[in-house]
Amino acid sequence: MDALDGNAIAGELFAAFGHEMTTVVGTCTSCGARSAIAELPVHVSGPGTVARCPGCASVAIVLARGTARFSGYELPSPGPGEAE
Amino acid sequence: MARDHISHGFTGRRRESGDPARIPPGQYLTRDFPVLSAGPTPHTSLDEWTFTIDGAVDAARTWTWKEFLALPHEAPTVDIHCVTKWSKLDTRWRGVSVDTLLEDVDTAGEYVTARCDGGYTTNLALEDVTEGKAWIVFEYDGEPLDPEHGGPARLLVPHLYFWKSAKWVRGLALTVDDEPGFWETYGYHNRGDPWLEQRYQGG
Amino acid sequence: MVERVAETARAKSVLLDLPGWPGHRAGQHVDIRLTAEDGYQAQRSYSIASGPEDDRLALTIERLDDGEVSPYLTDVLEPGDELELRGPIGGYFVWEASLPGPLQLIAGGSGIVPLRAMLRHWVAADRPVAARVLYSARSLDEAIYRDELLGLAAYDELDVRIALTRAWPAGWTGHRGRIDRALVDAAAWPPQERPRIYVCGPTAFVEAAAELLVESGHRPDSIKTERFGPTGG
Repeated sequence: MDALDGNAIAGELFAAFGHEMTTVVGTCTSCGARSAIAELPVHVSGPGTVARCPGCASVAIVLARGTARFSGYELPSPGPGEAE
Repeated sequence: MARDHISHGFTGRRRESGDPARIPPGQYLTRDFPVLSAGPTPHTSLDEWTFTIDGAVDAARTWTWKEFLALPHEAPTVDIHCVTKWSKLDTRWRGVSVDTLLEDVDTAGEYVTARCDGGYTTNLALEDVTEGKAWIVFEYDGEPLDPEHGGPARLLVPHLYFWKSAKWVRGLALTVDDEPGFWETYGYHNRGDPWLEQRYQGG
Repeated sequence: MVERVAETARAKSVLLDLPGWPGHRAGQHVDIRLTAEDGYQAQRSYSIASGPEDDRLALTIERLDDGEVSPYLTDVLEPGDELELRGPIGGYFVWEASLPGPLQLIAGGSGIVPLRAMLRHWVAADRPVAARVLYSARSLDEAIYRDELLGLAAYDELDVRIALTRAWPAGWTGHRGRIDRALVDAAAWPPQERPRIYVCGPTAFVEAAAELLVESGHRPDSIKTERFGPTGG
């Protein structure tokens, strides 16, 4: 099945972090690509959902068992860095 | 879990009738075969494809696609159970038994890690993939296994939750210790027996 | 649910009264969760079809014959029934009338739903920017909001183009077949105008359209995308 994108996990991320997350722009620690969470390809699996870097396909965010874990995708420190 | 709201008139997919003895607790029967994956579909050409048994073994063994197909095949018909609660009965496959691949392999390992194109891994006890319990399959329902469903070849371990039946498998590494794979690292059960509802670590 | 309106043979809009609803931005969606009596649950996301200024919240659902949630919403849900929903959700794929630049909306199939919310907001805000719509549908009958879109095209500030991919009426002068470079060059804002672009629909459509836009010179960071699954939700 074709991948979705980070818009599809907006609800889960809001529930996990308490605020809107899809406009946040992070950096892939494997290839350095900067992408908004909304732009990450998202793959839905049985146990959970995986968002990956659109550049190199490395794992960025894993949603499993009600938690969201960032792995290989660095968020900016609080402040500017949001997609408009 | 408190559930105040029932959606008036909602029943979900028509639950097929089936022998309840074949459906593990918490599961629902389906005729579909949803496409689920943790990453993009890899495309490995059959010229490049190899399957390897390595790790804690006397000597690693590798088969090319041609060599793999030349091994004895079996055609298991099995029930499969996904941790998302759907079960599908009487699925038909063709492949090579893991027992065949492990013939003459000397190992001190009691576990295996399945390694796949795209980087996915899952861990299993050796006793869960031997004695007729597991295959590397390359046909589903009489046709070559679709890339979306794990083709050219995937692991098939039907007595465990289906995330253990790793798609796009390229090898089994024998290990001395149980080494959690992708989903296991995120809290899913190391074994995954649907009859004991072993979905998560810690039961 | 208050009322259900047929949009096409397969798509219906469901109008909801939501006491305490905080309002939404055009392009956002809601997550709906259905629970059966035995506890079985299914969840889907649906883009909000109504503009922020509309009286009632509207969701447009395309019925999939083998779907689990869509047939419930299009056929079973009755006025007076309650829905469990979470939202509004989404901060990336949103358009507000205060944003500058000409607007370019590109949709495939049910991808038109969030873009229609944007157009309703655009009208309510007195059409603050010039806008163009490129909508790819299988046939005219399956083009959701067809009459509404063609009605809006009467505004000078709006251009609506419809591409039909599978069937078209005799004498159809619009685009036949999938969107291609020629159509993008002819119908979309040119890159020099620096449009703000939104593309929505099934993944394959979105990726093909985005690629065409970039090939024809649009900056990737001027393009926002929202991919729907094959269920078109």
